Amino acid sequence: MKKLHNLIAFIGLLSVLLLAGCGKSIASQDVLQHAKQTNTIVWGVKADTRLFGLMNTKSGKIEGFDIDMAKAITKQILGPKGKAELVQVTSDTRVPMIKGGNIDAIIATMTITPDRQKVLNFTQSYFAAGQSLLVKKGSRIHSVKDLKKGDKVIGVQGSTSVDNIQKAAPQATVLQLSDYAQAFTALKSGQGVAVTTDNGILYGMSEQDPNYVVVGGTFTKEPYGIALNKGQTNMTNAMNKAINALRKNGTYEKLINKWFGDIPGFDIKEVE
Amino acid sequence: MQNFIDAYSHVNLAYLLQGLGVTLEVSLISIAFSFLIGTLLGVARYINVKIFSAVVGFIIDLIRNLPLLLILFFTYFALPNIGLRLPVIPASIVAMTVFESAMLAEIVRSGINAVPVGQMEAARSNGLTYTQAMVHIILPQAFKAMIPPIVSQFISLVKDTSLATIILLPELTYHSQIIYGQNSNYMIPMFVALAVLYFVVNYALSLISRLISRRLSSGVR
Amino acid sequence: MLNILVNNFPELMSGLGYTLMSSLIALVGSLIIGTAFALMEISTHRWVSVIGNIYVEVVRNIPLLVITMAFYVIVPQYIAQIDGFTAGTIGLTIYTSAFIAETVRAGIQSVAVGQMEGARSVGMTYSQAMIQIIFPQAFKIVIPPLGNQFINLVKNSSILAFVAGFDLMYQGKIIANATFNTFDTYLAVGVLYLILTMPLSYFMRYLEKKWAVA
Repeated sequence: MKKLHNLIAFIGLLSVLLLAGCGKSIASQDVLQHAKQTNTIVWGVKADTRLFGLMNTKSGKIEGFDIDMAKAITKQILGPKGKAELVQVTSDTRVPMIKGGNIDAIIATMTITPDRQKVLNFTQSYFAAGQSLLVKKGSRIHSVKDLKKGDKVIGVQGSTSVDNIQKAAPQATVLQLSDYAQAFTALKSGQGVAVTTDNGILYGMSEQDPNYVVVGGTFTKEPYGIALNKGQTNMTNAMNKAINALRKNGTYEKLINKWFGDIPGFDIKEVE
Repeated sequence: MQNFIDAYSHVNLAYLLQGLGVTLEVSLISIAFSFLIGTLLGVARYINVKIFSAVVGFIIDLIRNLPLLLILFFTYFALPNIGLRLPVIPASIVAMTVFESAMLAEIVRSGINAVPVGQMEAARSNGLTYTQAMVHIILPQAFKAMIPPIVSQFISLVKDTSLATIILLPELTYHSQIIYGQNSNYMIPMFVALAVLYFVVNYALSLISRLISRRLSSGVR
Repeated sequence: MLNILVNNFPELMSGLGYTLMSSLIALVGSLIIGTAFALMEISTHRWVSVIGNIYVEVVRNIPLLVITMAFYVIVPQYIAQIDGFTAGTIGLTIYTSAFIAETVRAGIQSVAVGQMEGARSVGMTYSQAMIQIIFPQAFKIVIPPLGNQFINLVKNSSILAFVAGFDLMYQGKIIANATFNTFDTYLAVGVLYLILTMPLSYFMRYLEKKWAVA
């Protein structure tokens, strides 16, 4: 008899979960309309990535190129009084969060890929990155070709760099950590021989600790786009228009120069 | 040594304490809610109303047997699917409350079980209703015995909030990670700070618990 | 949910394997370390018992994540190269050992003091009395709470996901990211955890009831 009760309870629980799955999701509302009503766009941004989105512990604010772009685009769409609300994401959490409706848009060093385009809308590319390797100064590794069997390469969960490195150096083992701060920490702890991700992010790490250098140039093309939930055509169009306007009025170039102008070894002409 | 001095700059310490504030806030709110819900669930399981108690019991068992980490993920990423868009702090509180309520329900149930059956019979024969007897006679006695396990559950809760770094709750551990993520020389000083801060809070809690239970047991005699 | 289970069966099973392996290693390790510290705690030598107490109090009051991360990022830089799985398992072992020490200590102390005195007075040494008289009695008292510690261990092993330890949670996160289907993935992962923990938990309740009557 007790067993029967358990069974009933289990079925009950499952059906609650299933019903929950079919409920009306916030993610399916028109985010442009919603943003105009609340005068706010909720952006998912990185807080652990120097140059793009990094927490300033003094002010408690996140700073970086992605952040400035998010604010500029918000003002472009909602007018000068429009608010950009910043929610921290990692490569690991950003897709579940936009699918769940925690955020309206992702501007977080996110590469436009065909796989992601199946489930997300992307704007035009706003930054042309490429994947590279970060190693300790004096490492025997000078490019992807030097990665041997047994070498551990550190990547970040949910980023394209993990798939790319598995293709470019199938003999190496990939360790996937939650965010870039942990990935860089793991490299310094000797958990792997290299961190692999996009050059812009790696230059940020090397700027923080010059004992680590970016080697071997880029071996992929990683165009960054702003991601929205599938079907959010109105907001996607509005953002594309906003990016065009920022390129035309010089804001875009000013921001690129502000963040990447003095990075040694970084060619700003390549990324625009 | 220089690393320690630099790591414990005003800015960094303030940032760490701000994280500790969130840790305590989330823990306190969650334990308060869990205490209420846990008591209700514990009583519901105890009173043994056929299907109802079995269902409640089964749900409690399910939750108790899942990793908190999984519940955190679920709350943050799945609740919006049913129209509940929670910012990270409320989401963490909900997840902690769900988990802790199940844990506390078990504590409450065994606390009630420990009260001699004669107490209920005596109260009923004096004309109290079942609910009155439960609220005025049984639960107060049960709570006394439950204080130590509840406090140790609270200590677990304070420690477990660190798991919410994975959904980027801006609590103590996450703030320390942000600090040593920016300068890896600060790694060891940050771990020392974490150990000290967590220890001080939790040890203080366990001392308070010992004090209370000593007071109560001497009061009885 | 079934889709996720079927399509990612090898990864999930490998994750389940790592979760189990880590939990079992940590169980054995923490039983040994925990019992050792329990004996230290009740030792009649003051300093030995103080050290035992300090260990237990310190470890119990620090989050598992902090202990594990310390092993993952600090130990490799200064002491020895250990990977995420090892760091996570060591973290689990140390963390759990403090709780096991408390459980075992309580178990031993609940065996009446007279038992030790009686055994000593018939000519047994302290360790003979401990092993032949006290342990067997304490064992029954300690088994149910130890079982609960093991269930906690299985759940806590999800900490490996933080340090790329290849466990069930880690695989779940990777699958959720690859399939973009978070809801179903975590549902599947949850069911797999329950398959490990639920039978254990019911078995422990059964033992508790059975021995409570006896």
